[in-house]
Amino acid sequence: MNLLIGSVTTGLILALLGLGVFISYRIYHTLDLTADGSFGAGAAVVAALLVREVHPLPATAIATLTGIIAGSFTGILHTQFFISTLLAGVLISTALYSVSLFVMGSGNVSLISAGSLMASAERLGQRLFHLPPSLTVLDSTVSGGSIATLVLMMLLVGGVALGLTFFMGTDLGLALRAAGNNPQMAKAVAIDVDRMVILALSLSNGLIALSGALFAQYEGFANIQMGIGAVVTGLANLMVGEALVGKRPIGRWIAGAVVGAVVFRLVVAAAVRAGLSPNALKLVTALLVLAVLVLPQLMRKVRPIGPVRGHA
Amino acid sequence: MPDIGLRLESVSQVFHEGTPSEVRALDRIDLELERGTFTVVLGSNGSGKTSLLNAIAGGLTLTSGRVYLQGREVTHWPEQRRARLISRVFQNPFTGTAADLSIAENLALASRRGTRRWLGRALGRDRRRRLQESVSQLGMGLEERLDTPIGLLSGGQRQALTLLMATMVRPALLLLDEHTAALDPRRAEQVIQLTQRAVTADGLTTLMVTHSLMEGVHLGDRLIVMHRGRIAYDLDTGRRRLTQDDLLQLFDQLRWADRLNESAAEMLRRTYV
Repeated sequence: MNLLIGSVTTGLILALLGLGVFISYRIYHTLDLTADGSFGAGAAVVAALLVREVHPLPATAIATLTGIIAGSFTGILHTQFFISTLLAGVLISTALYSVSLFVMGSGNVSLISAGSLMASAERLGQRLFHLPPSLTVLDSTVSGGSIATLVLMMLLVGGVALGLTFFMGTDLGLALRAAGNNPQMAKAVAIDVDRMVILALSLSNGLIALSGALFAQYEGFANIQMGIGAVVTGLANLMVGEALVGKRPIGRWIAGAVVGAVVFRLVVAAAVRAGLSPNALKLVTALLVLAVLVLPQLMRKVRPIGPVRGHA
Repeated sequence: MPDIGLRLESVSQVFHEGTPSEVRALDRIDLELERGTFTVVLGSNGSGKTSLLNAIAGGLTLTSGRVYLQGREVTHWPEQRRARLISRVFQNPFTGTAADLSIAENLALASRRGTRRWLGRALGRDRRRRLQESVSQLGMGLEERLDTPIGLLSGGQRQALTLLMATMVRPALLLLDEHTAALDPRRAEQVIQLTQRAVTADGLTTLMVTHSLMEGVHLGDRLIVMHRGRIAYDLDTGRRRLTQDDLLQLFDQLRWADRLNESAAEMLRRTYV
């Protein structure tokens, strides 16, 4: 039971990462490698602030802001100085590695004795709902804190997903999607495509940094290595969601990214419990993404029928 | 004094300037379009007609010259800023619409041309109904498929929707870039009819580039023939319609002026007849 709750909570936290990757990879059709740096920087900034006894709420907000700024830098490098998104992302990501080291002071910061959003949620739960320190769910003992954390994450991630869905249906959100889908058309209806790209990458990296900040608080430490492979994890979340939930309409796609992240975590937890070495996790994640990308093409090569759908 | 919608002042567009491969796509073009007139531009490949459209729409930085829209200088406005005043229909039906977005979403985007885009609902019930009404005027049954991704429609349907999007918010200038060239004859005819209806109903200032002598003969009230980056002929066709033979004669004259050999003329003929 504890493992289940833990996996779902981690899945929800990483769902924000998936949503960030969704914006850059699916809306703007680019692989934004700033993500690795933003995830790590989100964790690093929140850790540095928490050990200095800043309240978890502003600490998390500032960590998110770090990601927004990082994303806008990548966007500006790409749109104003014509550097490819790939290179711009790697540059910003690499720079963020040093920034993270600076703010943390070392490669690893423990947050065991520091405050966190989760600890605040537990206290709030005790005060408002008389949540006991531990309770029994389905024959196993579960701490009240983990329940409070799970509820907080559900509310937070659900709110972000709903907000994002609403945003995608606004005039601005639609302009953002058009700029990603067909820049020439977007320009023709008087949309400033450059501005939309910067906005998309800021939003994406803000979500990813928020994910990193929550992850560090949940795990109780921040590590300089944390962001490595974040893009791939986000892609895996997204693809599991697309396979399970679908892509249309866009609200469903967004919900899929959340569901996919949770399911992916559950599968990982089950695999580790069944004896998979945790060291193999990144390899397995990469293989999963690879499989999703390669399999459809393999199938087409084996049985070359049906038209390839044209794309403008 | 006539009311001028668009004015070009000695506009030049030179590629690879100062090198042996220099191309004068536009050579000191002066052009005025009266408000509410429909002008057709005819020319062979490389005559500069596409460059002319790009110079007006702002896709390329001019080598020299100035562009005025309704008296305002827009020479240094980037493409997306001019698009607040200028709407376009492209030759490729895939260019003017966003394939992954639905019909309704594409139309909603076009209905905000020139207005600030913020966090208002893009497809509230009212706007949806209004969009549905305007789509039904196309007579293609698309009003029942508002939530279909536009990428699933045919080229003709997409082009008709692009035309609708271009005229939804009244533009100061409508640019049509060989917008029927990629369609089969029946669809092309349909789009031409829609074009005529939209242009005459709203009295839009329109500049249409075409490859087709037929369209050059039957449409518009002014005909411009471009040749080698210059305006070779500028004819008032509003009062007296030309025939295809008249146009072929004009091209013949151009040919003699250029001292093109017989085989090149044959090529022109084959392109145009």
